[in-house]
Amino acid sequence: MTWTRKDLLDLQSLSGEEISTILDTARVFKDIGARPRKVMPALRGKTVVNLFVEPSTRTRISFELAALRLAADVINFTAEASSLRKGETLKDTARNLEALNADFIVIRHSAAGAPHFLSRVLKAHVINAGDGAHEHPTQGLLDVFTMLEEKKRIAGLRVTILGDILYSRVARSNIWALLKLGAHVTLCGPPTLVPRTFEELGCRVTHDLETAIKDADVINLLRIQHERQRKTMFPGLGEYTSLFGINRARLKAAPPDVLIMHPGPINRGVEVDSEVADGSQSVILKQVTNGLAVRMAILYLVNGGKLPQELIETYAGRTPDMVNPQQATATAE
Amino acid sequence: MSTINEKKRVLFDATAIANIVQRMANELAQENHPGVDVVLVGIQTGGVQLAHRLAEQLGKLWGRTVPVGQLDISMYRDDLDHRFAPKVHPTDILFDVSDKTVVLVDDVFFSGRTTRAALDALAELGRPKRVQLAVLIDRGHRELPIRPDFVGQAIDTEPGDRVDVKLPDNPEECKVVLEKSAE
Repeated sequence: MTWTRKDLLDLQSLSGEEISTILDTARVFKDIGARPRKVMPALRGKTVVNLFVEPSTRTRISFELAALRLAADVINFTAEASSLRKGETLKDTARNLEALNADFIVIRHSAAGAPHFLSRVLKAHVINAGDGAHEHPTQGLLDVFTMLEEKKRIAGLRVTILGDILYSRVARSNIWALLKLGAHVTLCGPPTLVPRTFEELGCRVTHDLETAIKDADVINLLRIQHERQRKTMFPGLGEYTSLFGINRARLKAAPPDVLIMHPGPINRGVEVDSEVADGSQSVILKQVTNGLAVRMAILYLVNGGKLPQELIETYAGRTPDMVNPQQATATAE
Repeated sequence: MSTINEKKRVLFDATAIANIVQRMANELAQENHPGVDVVLVGIQTGGVQLAHRLAEQLGKLWGRTVPVGQLDISMYRDDLDHRFAPKVHPTDILFDVSDKTVVLVDDVFFSGRTTRAALDALAELGRPKRVQLAVLIDRGHRELPIRPDFVGQAIDTEPGDRVDVKLPDNPEECKVVLEKSAE
């Protein structure tokens, strides 16, 4: 199907068909990555701004490389070095970037919904690179892409997501993509981090590791996000590891061809042992390679996406300053 | 020639297409004799089937296998800012195009913009000795100084018409359909 969206904000609002379109496109881009000459001129002359209000290395580098591979210019903008520190609102910052004719804004922000907000006030294409505990759509897409590549199907696949579900935007994006493509999703971890409410989305929830992995085709391990948690969510890392950490002995409970995935960065010895993380079932580094292909696909697809009709009408004959003043309240912290 | 309705008309049926392809292959073989360095590259998606059919005929004429590749040009289009992103297809060329005679193959020649994009895409893959262009249908209305070297059939069209070339695996179902614009 034809991709028509101007932005990539989340996976919840996409159809299974739209997700498949992204995966098909990424497949072709992955082949290009294996060529001696990897740059394609699809976005020549365009400017991509990486607006990372929350720190990130791998996602930012991946987006930067994806943009460069499509011959776009890239500007990196990080919170530490920015006027956001001086109290400028997110909207003003983004407007200033747009005034410099930025065509794409890739945003990571600690506030859920920040990309959605920007998409309503900017003509530029907005791509969510992680918003609070809400979604990390490109990570969800690259995870599903990797599963598809390794297991040749998503429909009917049994995927266990293990760890800090409650605070994880990666988990949410994975859940949406997997459910829309017909996979069976099991969530596992300490009860405080894996509440039963996730059953309402159509996931199976268990707090017993063996139950969670014994028939799994894929185990997607999530990083324990020390920085996002309140201290009281579980007694300590030692206890988490003893109950939910994946090591070789524990992995014997899972099928022998189970795929081990992790979005990184890995806390070695906490959620996963080095033996498993570097073992033959692990596709952790393939995920990184695939992330590049997926992000190229997203940039390519949204480039052709059009401003929604209501925004075209809003912009007609007016300056952007007059757009949606009532929505100007969300600010960066 | 049969009529589907007053707006859609079958210009060439399977037999006519087979004859046209045969004649194109003969011309290609003559022009490039003995053809040791000739490779065919079909432009995704319409040119791919035609490239395979031409290669089959050339193979018979030259008594050897003629390599065929497929080239996707979506990244090289000049209208990416004015349309939804076109579906990308694999570029699959398992041979080195450098120092070869590359015959670009497409089903319909129209503005010439697809060919221009294909030349750019091809340049990323190497430096051919020379590049030729073979098209089944030349429908006119060029917008660039690009001209095909081998034309199956030239036809008169209005700019708004649609020319649809169907070359499925089953040769019986092959046809070229002209759909007149609505006015």
